[in-house]
Amino acid sequence: MATRLIYFAWVRERIGKPEEDVDLPVGVETVADLLRWLKSRGEEYEHALQYPEVIRVAINQEHVRHEEKIGGAREIALFPPMTGG
Amino acid sequence: MPEAVVPDVRIQAHDFDIAAEVNRLTENRADIGAVVTFSGLCRDEQGALSALELEHYPGMAEAEIGRIAAQAVKRWPLQGLTVIHRHGRIRPGENIVLVVAASAHRQAAFEAANFLMDFLKSRAPFWKKEHRVDGSEGGWVEAKEADKEAADRWKE
Repeated sequence: MATRLIYFAWVRERIGKPEEDVDLPVGVETVADLLRWLKSRGEEYEHALQYPEVIRVAINQEHVRHEEKIGGAREIALFPPMTGG
Repeated sequence: MPEAVVPDVRIQAHDFDIAAEVNRLTENRADIGAVVTFSGLCRDEQGALSALELEHYPGMAEAEIGRIAAQAVKRWPLQGLTVIHRHGRIRPGENIVLVVAASAHRQAAFEAANFLMDFLKSRAPFWKKEHRVDGSEGGWVEAKEADKEAADRWKE
């Protein structure tokens, strides 16, 4: 099952696209696993996810921690700390 | 039992009218004793900033502010709560965000508005990019540790 990844702000700029559909490989179980796997996909991902601990993640439009299991997430968003208000 | 207040959350590109939003909460009723409004505006950073570009996560922006507003309604006895957050290009002097909290007494309205803003800053999916007067891109605004600490102080 394809998972939609969505990127915002400088994460989007560095990866070079606003979203993509990916098939998550076996072994990618948590958010931290996902970040590690994405980072290995090329220079642009390496640049965006150089410091994975600062990246905020939402699954199906709700904030989650990096140790959270991905399960059957349809939509996973990666973004920097928020600066609204 | 008083009816539960349903917060009014709007994410929009266009400006808002503060007086009209206050009126919307207070008209045709006489039980509200306090209305607190907070509005956040775009600063020009001593003349250096020409605009802010506010990116947001459509869908989650509404959902997350809705979750924060629902917490506020549970925690304080409010008679009305409106939160409006703009996105897109915003020039210095223009409005960015509005919180209107209405209650019988001032303390609940003050605290709820304050809580809303503290949580919105660190949890609502918006990102500000600066555009400079000299034509350069100022880059993405960095999140402040102070904003996170401000949200943490509301832990019960």
